[in-house]
Amino acid sequence: MIESDESKLKIGTALLKKGFAKMQKGGVVMDVTNSEQAGIAEDSGAVAVMALERVPADIRADGGVARMADPAVIQEIMDSVNIPVMAKVRIGHFAEAYALESLGVDMIDESEVLTPADPFYHVDKRKFKVPFVCGCRNLGEAVRRIWEGAAMIRTKGEAGTGNIIEAIRHQRMVQGMIKKVGDMDNSELHKLAKEYSESYINSIKTITGETVNDDTLIFEEYTYKVVKNGIYKILDDIKRVHQRLPVVNFAAGGIATPSDAAIMMLLGSDGVFVGSGIFKSNNPKERAKAIVEAVANYNDPEIIAKVSKNLGDAMPGLEIEKIPQGELFQERGW
Amino acid sequence: MVKNLSIGVLGIQGDVSEHVISMRNAFDKTKKANGEVFIVKYKEEIDDIDALIFPGGESSTISNILYKSGLFETIIDRIKDNSLPIIGTCAGCILLAKKIVGKTNDDLKLLNAMDIEVERNAFGRQKFSFERNININGFTKPYYAVFIRAPRIIKTSGNCEILAKIDKKIIMARQDKFLALSFHPELTRDTRIHEFFINMIV
Repeated sequence: MIESDESKLKIGTALLKKGFAKMQKGGVVMDVTNSEQAGIAEDSGAVAVMALERVPADIRADGGVARMADPAVIQEIMDSVNIPVMAKVRIGHFAEAYALESLGVDMIDESEVLTPADPFYHVDKRKFKVPFVCGCRNLGEAVRRIWEGAAMIRTKGEAGTGNIIEAIRHQRMVQGMIKKVGDMDNSELHKLAKEYSESYINSIKTITGETVNDDTLIFEEYTYKVVKNGIYKILDDIKRVHQRLPVVNFAAGGIATPSDAAIMMLLGSDGVFVGSGIFKSNNPKERAKAIVEAVANYNDPEIIAKVSKNLGDAMPGLEIEKIPQGELFQERGW
Repeated sequence: MVKNLSIGVLGIQGDVSEHVISMRNAFDKTKKANGEVFIVKYKEEIDDIDALIFPGGESSTISNILYKSGLFETIIDRIKDNSLPIIGTCAGCILLAKKIVGKTNDDLKLLNAMDIEVERNAFGRQKFSFERNININGFTKPYYAVFIRAPRIIKTSGNCEILAKIDKKIIMARQDKFLALSFHPELTRDTRIHEFFINMIV
Protein backbone atom coordinates (compact mmCIF):
# COMPACT_ATOMS: atom_id res chain seq x y z
CA MET A 1 0.00 0.00 0.00
CA ILE A 2 2.68 2.49 1.02
CA GLU A 3 5.36 2.57 -1.66
CA SER A 4 8.21 4.12 0.29
CA ASP A 5 9.45 3.90 3.86
CA GLU A 6 8.07 0.39 4.13
CA SER A 7 10.58 -0.43 6.86
CA LYS A 8 9.30 2.35 9.09
CA LEU A 9 5.73 1.22 9.33
CA LYS A 10 4.22 -1.53 11.44
CA ILE A 11 1.15 -3.57 10.64
CA GLY A 12 -0.83 -6.18 12.56
CA THR A 13 0.20 -4.89 16.00
CA ALA A 14 -1.88 -5.37 19.14
CA LEU A 15 -2.50 -1.59 19.15
CA LEU A 16 -3.97 -1.71 15.63
CA LYS A 17 -6.07 -4.76 16.39
CA LYS A 18 -7.45 -3.41 19.66
CA GLY A 19 -7.80 0.00 18.03
CA PHE A 20 -9.98 -1.45 15.30
CA ALA A 21 -12.25 -2.94 17.97
CA LYS A 22 -12.47 0.45 19.72
CA MET A 23 -13.79 2.03 16.52
CA GLN A 24 -16.76 -0.36 16.75
CA LYS A 25 -17.82 0.83 20.22
CA GLY A 26 -21.40 1.99 20.56
CA GLY A 27 -22.34 0.15 17.40
CA VAL A 28 -24.29 -2.79 16.04
CA VAL A 29 -22.68 -5.59 14.03
CA MET A 30 -25.26 -7.41 11.91
CA ASP A 31 -25.22 -10.93 10.49
CA VAL A 32 -25.83 -10.91 6.73
CA THR A 33 -25.85 -13.63 4.09
CA ASN A 34 -25.70 -11.64 0.84
CA SER A 35 -24.91 -8.21 -0.57
CA GLU A 36 -28.53 -7.08 -0.45
CA GLN A 37 -28.73 -7.71 3.30
CA ALA A 38 -25.30 -6.10 3.73
CA GLY A 39 -26.62 -2.99 1.99
CA ILE A 40 -29.63 -2.87 4.31
CA ALA A 41 -27.33 -3.23 7.30
CA GLU A 42 -25.03 -0.43 6.11
CA ASP A 43 -27.92 1.92 5.30
CA SER A 44 -29.46 1.32 8.70
CA GLY A 45 -26.24 2.40 10.44
CA ALA A 46 -24.50 -0.88 11.30
CA VAL A 47 -20.82 -0.41 12.21
CA ALA A 48 -19.89 -3.69 10.53
CA VAL A 49 -21.43 -6.80 9.05
CA MET A 50 -20.74 -10.46 9.81
CA ALA A 51 -20.70 -12.34 6.50
CA LEU A 52 -22.29 -15.79 6.75
CA GLU A 53 -23.84 -18.47 4.57
CA ARG A 54 -26.60 -19.05 7.10
CA VAL A 55 -27.69 -17.08 10.17
CA PRO A 56 -27.43 -18.96 13.50
CA ALA A 57 -31.16 -19.79 13.64
CA ASP A 58 -30.80 -21.66 10.33
CA ILE A 59 -27.56 -23.32 11.40
CA ARG A 60 -29.42 -24.57 14.47
CA ALA A 61 -32.41 -25.75 12.43
CA ASP A 62 -30.33 -27.43 9.72
CA GLY A 63 -27.99 -29.31 12.05
CA GLY A 64 -24.85 -30.96 10.67
CA VAL A 65 -21.35 -29.49 10.68
CA ALA A 66 -21.23 -25.72 10.27
CA ARG A 67 -18.01 -24.40 8.70
CA MET A 68 -16.45 -21.15 7.51
CA ALA A 69 -18.65 -19.54 4.83
CA ASP A 70 -17.88 -19.84 1.12
CA PRO A 71 -15.24 -17.15 0.44
CA ALA A 72 -17.22 -16.15 -2.67
CA VAL A 73 -20.14 -15.15 -0.41
CA ILE A 74 -17.80 -13.22 1.88
CA GLN A 75 -16.07 -11.54 -1.07
CA GLU A 76 -19.38 -10.47 -2.58
CA ILE A 77 -20.30 -8.82 0.71
CA MET A 78 -16.86 -7.20 1.05
CA ASP A 79 -17.23 -5.71 -2.42
CA SER A 80 -20.68 -4.32 -1.73
CA VAL A 81 -20.19 -2.21 1.42
CA ASN A 82 -17.82 0.42 2.85
CA ILE A 83 -18.15 -0.69 6.46
CA PRO A 84 -15.91 -3.44 7.87
CA VAL A 85 -16.72 -7.07 7.13
CA MET A 86 -16.20 -9.81 9.70
CA ALA A 87 -16.49 -13.56 9.17
CA LYS A 88 -16.53 -16.64 11.36
CA VAL A 89 -14.12 -19.55 11.70
CA ARG A 90 -14.55 -22.73 13.70
CA ILE A 91 -12.95 -22.76 17.17
CA GLY A 92 -9.28 -23.68 16.75
CA HIS A 93 -9.40 -23.82 12.93
CA PHE A 94 -6.37 -21.68 12.16
CA ALA A 95 -6.32 -22.71 8.50
CA GLU A 96 -9.79 -21.25 8.00
CA ALA A 97 -8.51 -18.16 9.82
CA TYR A 98 -5.47 -17.79 7.54
CA ALA A 99 -7.78 -18.14 4.54
CA LEU A 100 -10.02 -15.34 5.82
CA GLU A 101 -7.01 -13.18 6.61
CA SER A 102 -5.73 -13.57 3.06
CA LEU A 103 -9.19 -12.76 1.73
CA GLY A 104 -8.97 -9.49 3.67
CA VAL A 105 -11.84 -9.69 6.16
CA ASP A 106 -11.45 -6.95 8.75
CA MET A 107 -12.07 -9.09 11.84
CA ILE A 108 -12.32 -12.84 12.42
CA ASP A 109 -14.89 -14.28 14.82
CA GLU A 110 -13.66 -17.54 16.33
CA SER A 111 -17.18 -18.67 16.93
CA GLU A 112 -19.06 -21.32 18.85
CA VAL A 113 -21.91 -20.91 16.35
CA LEU A 114 -19.83 -23.02 13.95
CA THR A 115 -18.91 -26.59 14.83
CA PRO A 116 -15.63 -26.57 16.80
CA ALA A 117 -12.62 -27.92 14.90
CA ASP A 118 -10.06 -28.45 17.67
CA PRO A 119 -11.00 -30.29 20.88
CA PHE A 120 -7.94 -28.92 22.72
CA TYR A 121 -6.99 -25.44 21.59
CA HIS A 122 -8.38 -22.15 20.42
CA VAL A 123 -6.49 -20.27 17.70
CA ASP A 124 -3.27 -18.49 18.74
CA LYS A 125 -4.60 -15.15 17.65
CA ARG A 126 -1.34 -13.26 18.16
CA LYS A 127 0.00 -14.89 15.01
CA PHE A 128 -2.46 -12.97 12.82
CA LYS A 129 -2.42 -9.48 11.37
CA VAL A 130 -6.19 -9.19 11.51
CA PRO A 131 -7.99 -8.80 14.83
CA PHE A 132 -10.12 -11.53 16.38
CA VAL A 133 -13.33 -11.46 18.39
CA CYS A 134 -14.09 -14.44 20.63
CA GLY A 135 -17.06 -15.52 22.71
CA CYS A 136 -17.12 -16.00 26.48
CA ARG A 137 -19.57 -17.06 29.17
CA ASN A 138 -17.54 -15.86 32.13
CA LEU A 139 -14.40 -13.97 33.09
CA GLY A 140 -12.19 -17.06 32.82
CA GLU A 141 -13.09 -17.63 29.18
CA ALA A 142 -12.72 -13.92 28.45
CA VAL A 143 -9.28 -13.70 30.03
CA ARG A 144 -8.01 -16.82 28.24
CA ARG A 145 -9.14 -15.46 24.87
CA ILE A 146 -7.55 -12.08 25.63
CA TRP A 147 -4.33 -13.81 26.61
CA GLU A 148 -4.44 -15.70 23.29
CA GLY A 149 -4.65 -12.33 21.51
CA ALA A 150 -8.36 -11.59 21.05
CA ALA A 151 -8.88 -7.87 20.35
CA MET A 152 -12.54 -8.00 21.25
CA ILE A 153 -14.70 -10.17 23.49
CA ARG A 154 -18.35 -10.86 23.00
CA THR A 155 -20.44 -12.53 25.64
CA LYS A 156 -21.83 -15.65 23.97
CA GLY A 157 -25.48 -15.67 24.89
CA GLU A 158 -27.26 -18.42 22.97
CA ALA A 159 -27.19 -17.62 19.27
CA GLY A 160 -30.17 -18.26 17.04
CA THR A 161 -32.71 -18.30 19.86
CA GLY A 162 -33.98 -14.72 19.96
CA ASN A 163 -33.91 -15.26 23.72
CA ILE A 164 -31.93 -12.73 25.72
CA ILE A 165 -31.57 -14.69 28.95
CA GLU A 166 -28.19 -16.26 28.17
CA ALA A 167 -26.72 -12.99 26.90
CA ILE A 168 -27.70 -11.37 30.20
CA ARG A 169 -26.44 -14.34 32.19
CA HIS A 170 -23.00 -14.14 30.56
CA GLN A 171 -22.69 -10.37 30.85
CA ARG A 172 -23.62 -10.55 34.55
CA MET A 173 -21.14 -13.39 35.08
CA VAL A 174 -18.34 -11.31 33.55
CA GLN A 175 -19.24 -8.00 35.24
CA GLY A 176 -19.84 -9.59 38.63
CA MET A 177 -16.49 -11.32 38.57
CA ILE A 178 -14.68 -8.15 37.46
CA LYS A 179 -16.07 -6.46 40.57
CA LYS A 180 -14.84 -9.32 42.70
CA VAL A 181 -11.37 -9.15 41.11
CA GLY A 182 -11.27 -5.50 42.15
CA ASP A 183 -11.47 -6.56 45.79
CA MET A 184 -8.89 -9.34 45.58
CA ASP A 185 -5.43 -9.13 47.08
CA ASN A 186 -2.34 -10.28 45.24
CA SER A 187 -2.34 -13.86 46.46
CA GLU A 188 -6.01 -14.25 45.55
CA LEU A 189 -5.25 -12.92 42.05
CA HIS A 190 -2.46 -15.48 41.66
CA LYS A 191 -4.81 -18.21 42.82
CA LEU A 192 -7.46 -17.11 40.31
CA ALA A 193 -4.86 -16.96 37.51
CA LYS A 194 -3.93 -20.55 38.34
CA GLU A 195 -7.59 -21.58 38.27
CA TYR A 196 -8.11 -19.84 34.91
CA SER A 197 -5.07 -21.65 33.48
CA GLU A 198 -6.51 -25.06 34.42
CA SER A 199 -8.20 -25.75 31.09
CA TYR A 200 -4.90 -25.53 29.18
CA ILE A 201 -3.52 -28.11 31.60
CA ASN A 202 -6.51 -30.37 31.04
CA SER A 203 -5.84 -30.33 27.30
CA ILE A 204 -2.18 -31.24 27.64
CA LYS A 205 -2.94 -33.93 30.23
CA THR A 206 -5.39 -35.56 27.83
CA ILE A 207 -2.85 -35.44 25.01
CA THR A 208 0.28 -36.69 26.81
CA GLY A 209 -1.04 -38.19 30.04
CA GLU A 210 1.84 -36.50 31.87
CA THR A 211 1.74 -34.22 34.87
CA VAL A 212 2.39 -30.59 34.13
CA ASN A 213 5.11 -28.44 35.74
CA ASP A 214 6.07 -24.81 35.24
CA ASP A 215 8.23 -25.60 32.20
CA THR A 216 5.74 -27.81 30.36
CA LEU A 217 4.58 -26.35 27.04
CA ILE A 218 0.81 -26.08 27.38
CA PHE A 219 -0.22 -23.82 24.49
CA GLU A 220 1.83 -23.43 21.30
CA GLU A 221 5.32 -22.28 22.38
CA TYR A 222 4.19 -21.13 25.83
CA THR A 223 4.98 -22.90 29.10
CA TYR A 224 2.57 -23.27 32.00
CA LYS A 225 4.53 -20.60 33.87
CA VAL A 226 4.23 -18.11 31.00
CA VAL A 227 0.50 -18.76 30.60
CA LYS A 228 -0.16 -18.40 34.33
CA ASN A 229 1.83 -15.16 34.53
CA GLY A 230 0.15 -13.79 31.41
CA ILE A 231 -3.27 -14.46 32.85
CA TYR A 232 -2.23 -12.98 36.20
CA LYS A 233 -1.06 -9.83 34.39
CA ILE A 234 -4.45 -9.44 32.67
CA LEU A 235 -6.31 -9.90 35.97
CA ASP A 236 -3.99 -7.41 37.69
CA ASP A 237 -4.64 -4.90 34.87
CA ILE A 238 -8.38 -5.39 35.27
CA LYS A 239 -8.05 -4.67 38.98
CA ARG A 240 -5.63 -1.76 38.88
CA VAL A 241 -6.03 -0.06 35.51
CA HIS A 242 -9.29 -0.81 33.76
CA GLN A 243 -11.95 -1.93 36.28
CA ARG A 244 -13.42 -3.61 33.21
CA LEU A 245 -12.18 -5.97 30.48
CA PRO A 246 -9.01 -4.55 28.89
CA VAL A 247 -10.52 -5.00 25.40
CA VAL A 248 -13.83 -3.97 23.85
CA ASN A 249 -16.72 -6.13 25.09
CA PHE A 250 -19.82 -6.64 22.92
CA ALA A 251 -22.94 -8.63 23.70
CA ALA A 252 -24.29 -11.35 21.41
CA GLY A 253 -26.57 -14.34 21.24
CA GLY A 254 -30.29 -13.66 21.54
CA ILE A 255 -30.74 -9.94 20.87
CA ALA A 256 -34.03 -9.52 18.99
CA THR A 257 -35.50 -6.14 19.97
CA PRO A 258 -34.36 -2.54 20.59
CA SER A 259 -34.90 -3.08 24.32
CA ASP A 260 -32.76 -6.23 24.23
CA ALA A 261 -29.96 -4.16 22.74
CA ALA A 262 -30.50 -1.39 25.30
CA ILE A 263 -30.42 -3.70 28.31
CA MET A 264 -27.11 -5.20 27.16
CA MET A 265 -25.65 -1.67 26.87
CA LEU A 266 -27.03 -0.75 30.30
CA LEU A 267 -25.36 -3.86 31.73
CA GLY A 268 -22.00 -2.60 30.49
CA SER A 269 -21.61 -3.89 26.92
CA ASP A 270 -19.73 -1.65 24.47
CA GLY A 271 -21.98 -2.63 21.58
CA VAL A 272 -24.00 -5.56 20.24
CA PHE A 273 -23.96 -8.29 17.64
CA VAL A 274 -27.35 -9.09 16.17
CA GLY A 275 -27.43 -12.42 14.39
CA SER A 276 -30.72 -13.91 13.39
CA GLY A 277 -32.66 -11.11 15.11
CA ILE A 278 -32.81 -8.83 12.09
CA PHE A 279 -33.19 -10.93 8.97
CA LYS A 280 -35.39 -13.53 10.70
CA SER A 281 -37.86 -10.82 11.69
CA ASN A 282 -40.64 -9.77 9.37
CA ASN A 283 -39.41 -6.20 8.85
CA PRO A 284 -35.61 -6.31 8.73
CA LYS A 285 -35.07 -2.75 7.46
CA GLU A 286 -37.02 -1.06 10.21
CA ARG A 287 -35.79 -3.42 12.91
CA ALA A 288 -32.18 -2.87 11.89
CA LYS A 289 -32.59 0.91 12.12
CA ALA A 290 -34.42 0.65 15.42
CA ILE A 291 -31.69 -1.47 17.02
CA VAL A 292 -28.99 0.94 15.83
CA GLU A 293 -30.89 3.85 17.39
CA ALA A 294 -31.49 1.89 20.56
CA VAL A 295 -27.77 1.23 20.99
CA ALA A 296 -26.84 4.87 20.34
CA ASN A 297 -29.51 6.04 22.82
CA TYR A 298 -29.57 3.12 25.24
CA ASN A 299 -30.05 5.32 28.28
CA ASP A 300 -33.00 7.23 26.82
CA PRO A 301 -36.23 5.25 27.43
CA GLU A 302 -38.29 7.68 25.32
CA ILE A 303 -36.25 6.90 22.25
CA ILE A 304 -36.32 3.14 22.98
CA ALA A 305 -40.13 3.32 23.21
CA LYS A 306 -40.37 5.38 20.03
CA VAL A 307 -38.18 3.14 17.88
CA SER A 308 -39.89 0.00 19.19
CA LYS A 309 -43.28 1.00 17.77
CA ASN A 310 -44.79 -0.97 14.89
CA LEU A 311 -41.79 -3.10 14.12
CA GLY A 312 -43.94 -6.15 13.40
CA ASP A 313 -43.05 -9.61 14.65
CA ALA A 314 -39.61 -10.24 16.06
CA MET A 315 -37.94 -13.51 15.12
CA PRO A 316 -39.69 -16.53 16.62
CA GLY A 317 -37.93 -17.30 19.90
CA LEU A 318 -36.69 -20.49 21.49
CA GLU A 319 -36.82 -21.41 25.15
CA ILE A 320 -33.39 -22.49 26.35
CA GLU A 321 -34.85 -25.46 28.33
CA LYS A 322 -36.42 -26.80 25.13
CA ILE A 323 -33.04 -27.04 23.38
CA PRO A 324 -31.89 -30.68 23.56
CA GLN A 325 -28.83 -31.55 25.67
CA GLY A 326 -25.61 -31.02 23.78
CA GLU A 327 -27.11 -28.60 21.29
CA LEU A 328 -26.29 -25.41 23.18
CA PHE A 329 -23.77 -23.39 21.16
CA GLN A 330 -22.49 -21.65 24.29
CA GLU A 331 -21.01 -24.87 25.68
CA ARG A 332 -18.56 -25.06 22.80
CA GLY A 333 -15.07 -23.78 23.63
CA TRP A 334 -13.72 -23.42 27.14
CA MET B 1 -5.88 35.34 32.35
CA VAL B 2 -6.12 31.64 31.64
CA LYS B 3 -9.20 30.71 29.72
CA ASN B 4 -11.71 28.09 30.80
CA LEU B 5 -12.91 25.86 27.97
CA SER B 6 -15.69 23.30 27.74
CA ILE B 7 -14.94 20.62 25.20
CA GLY B 8 -17.50 18.08 24.08
CA VAL B 9 -16.69 14.68 22.61
CA LEU B 10 -19.46 13.52 20.31
CA GLY B 11 -20.77 10.41 22.04
CA ILE B 12 -22.77 8.73 19.30
CA GLN B 13 -20.41 5.94 18.35
CA GLY B 14 -16.70 5.15 18.25
CA ASP B 15 -13.70 5.60 20.55
CA VAL B 16 -15.30 8.35 22.62
CA SER B 17 -13.77 7.65 26.04
CA GLU B 18 -10.25 7.59 24.52
CA HIS B 19 -10.69 11.17 23.32
CA VAL B 20 -12.03 12.29 26.69
CA ILE B 21 -8.91 10.94 28.38
CA SER B 22 -6.49 12.37 25.76
CA MET B 23 -8.09 15.80 25.93
CA ARG B 24 -8.02 15.82 29.73
CA ASN B 25 -4.34 14.84 29.64
CA ALA B 26 -3.70 17.62 27.13
CA PHE B 27 -5.28 20.17 29.48
CA ASP B 28 -3.10 18.86 32.30
CA LYS B 29 0.01 19.52 30.18
CA THR B 30 -0.76 22.83 28.55
CA LYS B 31 -0.59 26.12 30.41
CA LYS B 32 -2.67 27.87 27.77
CA ALA B 33 -6.11 27.03 29.14
CA ASN B 34 -8.07 25.12 31.71
CA GLY B 35 -10.81 22.94 30.51
CA GLU B 36 -13.44 20.40 31.20
CA VAL B 37 -14.14 17.58 28.79
CA PHE B 38 -17.36 15.65 28.60
CA ILE B 39 -19.40 13.47 26.28
CA VAL B 40 -22.19 15.18 24.31
CA LYS B 41 -25.11 13.33 22.77
CA TYR B 42 -28.01 15.75 22.69
CA LYS B 43 -28.82 18.98 20.86
CA GLU B 44 -29.13 21.02 24.05
CA GLU B 45 -25.61 20.08 25.10
CA ILE B 46 -24.10 21.60 21.95
CA ASP B 47 -25.02 25.10 23.16
CA ASP B 48 -22.82 24.68 26.23
CA ILE B 49 -19.54 23.75 24.56
CA ASP B 50 -16.67 25.84 23.18
CA ALA B 51 -15.35 23.11 20.90
CA LEU B 52 -16.24 19.63 19.69
CA ILE B 53 -14.34 16.43 19.02
CA PHE B 54 -15.53 13.96 16.39
CA PRO B 55 -14.02 10.63 17.39
CA GLY B 56 -12.99 7.67 15.28
CA GLY B 57 -15.69 5.16 14.47
CA GLU B 58 -17.81 4.34 11.46
CA SER B 59 -18.59 7.51 9.54
CA SER B 60 -21.81 6.11 8.07
CA THR B 61 -23.14 5.16 11.53
CA ILE B 62 -22.21 8.49 13.12
CA SER B 63 -23.64 10.49 10.21
CA ASN B 64 -26.85 8.47 10.28
CA ILE B 65 -27.53 9.02 14.00
CA LEU B 66 -26.38 12.65 13.87
CA TYR B 67 -28.98 13.33 11.26
CA LYS B 68 -31.83 11.44 12.95
CA SER B 69 -31.21 13.05 16.33
CA GLY B 70 -31.32 16.59 14.98
CA LEU B 71 -27.76 17.15 16.22
CA PHE B 72 -26.68 17.58 12.62
CA GLU B 73 -28.66 20.82 12.14
CA THR B 74 -27.53 22.20 15.50
CA ILE B 75 -23.88 21.58 14.69
CA ILE B 76 -24.23 22.97 11.16
CA ASP B 77 -25.73 26.17 12.60
CA ARG B 78 -22.74 26.65 14.86
CA ILE B 79 -20.34 25.83 12.01
CA LYS B 80 -21.99 28.53 9.90
CA ASP B 81 -21.68 31.03 12.79
CA ASN B 82 -18.04 30.07 12.98
CA SER B 83 -18.58 29.55 16.70
CA LEU B 84 -17.70 25.87 17.09
CA PRO B 85 -14.12 24.69 16.51
CA ILE B 86 -14.00 20.97 15.68
CA ILE B 87 -11.30 18.33 15.55
CA GLY B 88 -12.22 15.25 13.51
CA THR B 89 -10.19 12.04 13.62
CA CYS B 90 -10.64 9.33 10.99
CA ALA B 91 -14.45 9.06 10.74
CA GLY B 92 -14.54 12.63 12.05
CA CYS B 93 -12.26 13.75 9.21
CA ILE B 94 -14.76 12.34 6.72
CA LEU B 95 -17.69 14.13 8.34
CA LEU B 96 -15.89 17.50 8.23
CA ALA B 97 -15.40 17.21 4.48
CA LYS B 98 -17.47 18.72 1.72
CA LYS B 99 -17.23 15.71 -0.57
CA ILE B 100 -16.44 12.01 -0.53
CA VAL B 101 -14.62 10.62 -3.52
CA GLY B 102 -15.07 7.04 -4.69
CA LYS B 103 -17.48 4.29 -3.63
CA THR B 104 -19.91 5.80 -1.16
CA ASN B 105 -23.12 5.36 0.70
CA ASP B 106 -25.77 7.79 -0.56
CA ASP B 107 -27.10 8.40 2.95
CA LEU B 108 -23.85 9.79 4.25
CA LYS B 109 -24.51 13.40 5.15
CA LEU B 110 -21.45 15.61 5.57
CA LEU B 111 -21.00 18.73 7.68
CA ASN B 112 -19.19 20.57 4.91
CA ALA B 113 -17.03 22.42 7.44
CA MET B 114 -13.77 22.26 5.51
CA ASP B 115 -12.75 22.61 1.88
CA ILE B 116 -11.51 19.05 1.70
CA GLU B 117 -12.43 16.03 -0.42
CA VAL B 118 -11.80 12.69 1.22
CA GLU B 119 -11.53 9.06 0.23
CA ARG B 120 -12.72 6.45 2.74
CA ASN B 121 -10.51 3.41 3.48
CA ALA B 122 -7.82 4.97 1.31
CA PHE B 123 -5.07 2.67 2.56
CA GLY B 124 -7.05 -0.56 2.30
CA ARG B 125 -8.76 -2.94 4.67
CA GLN B 126 -7.84 -3.65 8.30
CA LYS B 127 -4.90 -5.93 7.49
CA PHE B 128 -3.22 -2.90 5.87
CA SER B 129 -3.86 -0.65 8.89
CA PHE B 130 -0.51 0.69 10.12
CA GLU B 131 1.40 2.78 12.63
CA ARG B 132 4.42 4.94 11.80
CA ASN B 133 6.19 8.21 12.44
CA ILE B 134 4.95 11.22 10.51
CA ASN B 135 6.17 14.79 10.28
CA ILE B 136 3.65 17.49 11.09
CA ASN B 137 4.23 21.12 10.05
CA GLY B 138 5.19 23.14 13.09
CA PHE B 139 5.99 20.09 15.28
CA THR B 140 9.65 19.89 16.22
CA LYS B 141 9.68 16.10 16.65
CA PRO B 142 8.03 13.34 14.60
CA TYR B 143 4.61 12.14 15.69
CA TYR B 144 3.86 8.42 15.99
CA ALA B 145 0.51 8.00 14.23
CA VAL B 146 -1.97 5.12 14.18
CA PHE B 147 -3.97 4.60 10.98
CA ILE B 148 -6.96 2.24 11.10
CA ARG B 149 -8.82 1.68 7.83
CA ALA B 150 -7.89 5.30 7.41
CA PRO B 151 -9.32 7.85 5.02
CA ARG B 152 -7.12 10.36 3.24
CA ILE B 153 -7.66 13.88 2.06
CA ILE B 154 -7.54 13.86 -1.72
CA LYS B 155 -7.79 17.57 -2.29
CA THR B 156 -7.88 20.82 -0.35
CA SER B 157 -9.00 24.25 -1.51
CA GLY B 158 -9.69 27.72 -0.15
CA ASN B 159 -7.62 28.68 2.88
CA CYS B 160 -7.22 25.06 3.95
CA GLU B 161 -3.66 24.37 5.10
CA ILE B 162 -2.04 20.96 4.67
CA LEU B 163 -0.23 19.97 7.88
CA ALA B 164 1.02 16.47 7.12
CA LYS B 165 1.46 14.03 4.27
CA ILE B 166 2.79 10.54 3.87
CA ASP B 167 3.94 9.48 0.43
CA LYS B 168 2.16 12.46 -1.13
CA LYS B 169 -1.11 11.52 0.58
CA ILE B 170 -2.60 14.26 2.76
CA ILE B 171 -3.36 13.00 6.25
CA MET B 172 -3.84 16.19 8.26
CA ALA B 173 -5.23 19.60 7.39
CA ARG B 174 -6.47 22.72 9.11
CA GLN B 175 -8.88 25.39 8.02
CA ASP B 176 -9.83 28.23 10.34
CA LYS B 177 -10.79 26.48 13.58
CA PHE B 178 -11.29 23.04 12.08
CA LEU B 179 -8.71 20.28 12.20
CA ALA B 180 -9.01 17.03 10.22
CA LEU B 181 -6.81 13.96 10.72
CA SER B 182 -6.73 10.57 8.98
CA PHE B 183 -5.25 8.95 12.08
CA HIS B 184 -5.99 8.46 15.77
CA PRO B 185 -4.08 10.68 18.24
CA GLU B 186 -6.43 9.36 20.94
CA LEU B 187 -4.92 5.86 20.73
CA THR B 188 -1.45 6.88 21.89
CA ARG B 189 -0.20 8.83 24.90
CA ASP B 190 1.29 11.67 22.87
CA THR B 191 -1.09 14.57 23.54
CA ARG B 192 0.59 17.10 21.23
CA ILE B 193 -2.26 17.11 18.71
CA HIS B 194 -4.90 17.68 21.39
CA GLU B 195 -2.67 20.47 22.79
CA PHE B 196 -2.32 21.92 19.29
CA PHE B 197 -6.12 22.02 19.07
CA ILE B 198 -6.32 23.83 22.41
CA ASN B 199 -3.82 26.39 21.09
CA MET B 200 -5.96 26.80 17.98
CA ILE B 201 -9.04 27.75 19.94
CA VAL B 202 -7.82 29.86 22.87
